[in-house]
Amino acid sequence: MIEAMLVAIFSVGGLALVFGIILGFSARKCAVKGDPRVDRIINVLPGANCGACGQPGCSMFAEKVVKGEADYKSCSPGGASAAAEIAEHLGVKYEGTDRMVAFVKCNGSDDNVKRSYIYDGPKSCVAASQLATGGNKKCLYSCIGHESCKHACPFDAIEMKNNIAVVNTKKCTGCSKCVQVCPKNIIEMVPDKAKVRMPCNSRDKGKVVRENCRAGCINCNLCIKACGENAIGFSNNVMTIDYDKCTMCLECVNKCPVKAIRYTV
Amino acid sequence: MNIFMILIGSAFINNYVFAQFLGMCPFFGVSKKTDMAIGMGISVTFVMVLASVMTWLFYNLVLVPLDITYLRTLVFVLIIASIVQFVEVFMKKMFVALYSKLGVYLPLITTNCAIFGVTLININQELSFIEAIVNALGAGAGFTLAMLLMAGIREKYEHNPDIPEVFRGFPLALFSAGLMSIGFMGFQGII
Repeated sequence: MIEAMLVAIFSVGGLALVFGIILGFSARKCAVKGDPRVDRIINVLPGANCGACGQPGCSMFAEKVVKGEADYKSCSPGGASAAAEIAEHLGVKYEGTDRMVAFVKCNGSDDNVKRSYIYDGPKSCVAASQLATGGNKKCLYSCIGHESCKHACPFDAIEMKNNIAVVNTKKCTGCSKCVQVCPKNIIEMVPDKAKVRMPCNSRDKGKVVRENCRAGCINCNLCIKACGENAIGFSNNVMTIDYDKCTMCLECVNKCPVKAIRYTV
Repeated sequence: MNIFMILIGSAFINNYVFAQFLGMCPFFGVSKKTDMAIGMGISVTFVMVLASVMTWLFYNLVLVPLDITYLRTLVFVLIIASIVQFVEVFMKKMFVALYSKLGVYLPLITTNCAIFGVTLININQELSFIEAIVNALGAGAGFTLAMLLMAGIREKYEHNPDIPEVFRGFPLALFSAGLMSIGFMGFQGII
């Protein structure tokens, strides 16, 4: 009896020991030296695996960065702080980037724009925009407000205010997920520091805009005349602001008769 | 002829997934995409053959002479886990291209019961060394086939909006596995 036990204990124990030694030895012998910088960069990254950099995940991004196949600045959720730290690990000099945030180009909250009918379908912008009128707000270019972008945002940065999407710029990391999802294509990436923005993107003529929305741009051109820097352009009935030229003097904001152009906080 | 019978038998009639219900975890876990399913299947086949060789040798050269065959469960677990670990380390060093293709699945395989099942069945059916290898090959082929079929089906219905919400994802995978299992019962009368 005791012999059988001893045989079992020693044979299995010996086997385990032999395997352990072989494994330990082979692990040391066959150790592959990974680049230690990869691990350090992974620690710096936010770890959301959002794919904004164009890589399948944060660890892949770190590997590609070390190999020099990806731009170390392309992690937008990590922002400037992550880019600076990665640059430090890579031993290159960091040149600043502008933090980009998402911006919903629409003033069409419930106060400003009327509904043309009652929509009773699935609560999804994609579904609602398939209808002939492209959503039930009177303006064809307005935010439908069915929260598709809010659900797409991995960082909880989009809130609905009065049936219109509003980006919380503190939480927004610039991953562009909402830009891809919006069926009306009214979300745009803008530099966070550019505070004077033009929300209305209606391509309708001024008169039609006036009928549909109380805060829509009516193409009166007062802002263009007011701007001393020549920063406001006009094409296809849409005003665009050149953020590089804008000095944020607020002349246009004060002049705008419908309060379409805004100083965004 | 006997060898051919064993091959067909372990691949289709006693398919390790559909007839013996072994290796369910990777069967559901890694069968979302066909290329991943193939990778997993090939890795499992490879480890199955290797494990069969090692455990057969150990059983007949160590456990039988020492008269401790009742310890085979414990010893086989030890052997399989060790060789999978060893193969992973070895492959990482020697065959980097192969490692990047198949190596990612190896940690999943360490505790795969299909592999353990093959080695135990080899012993219980008292197969010879060659027969054991053939049995492992057949089992691996059957597993790969099952993975591939499942992945193909899942790719088809994954984004189908007509499927009711309660059935989406895992429930439907279980349903389809059950139906496929019934389908594989059709092989029962072949031999």
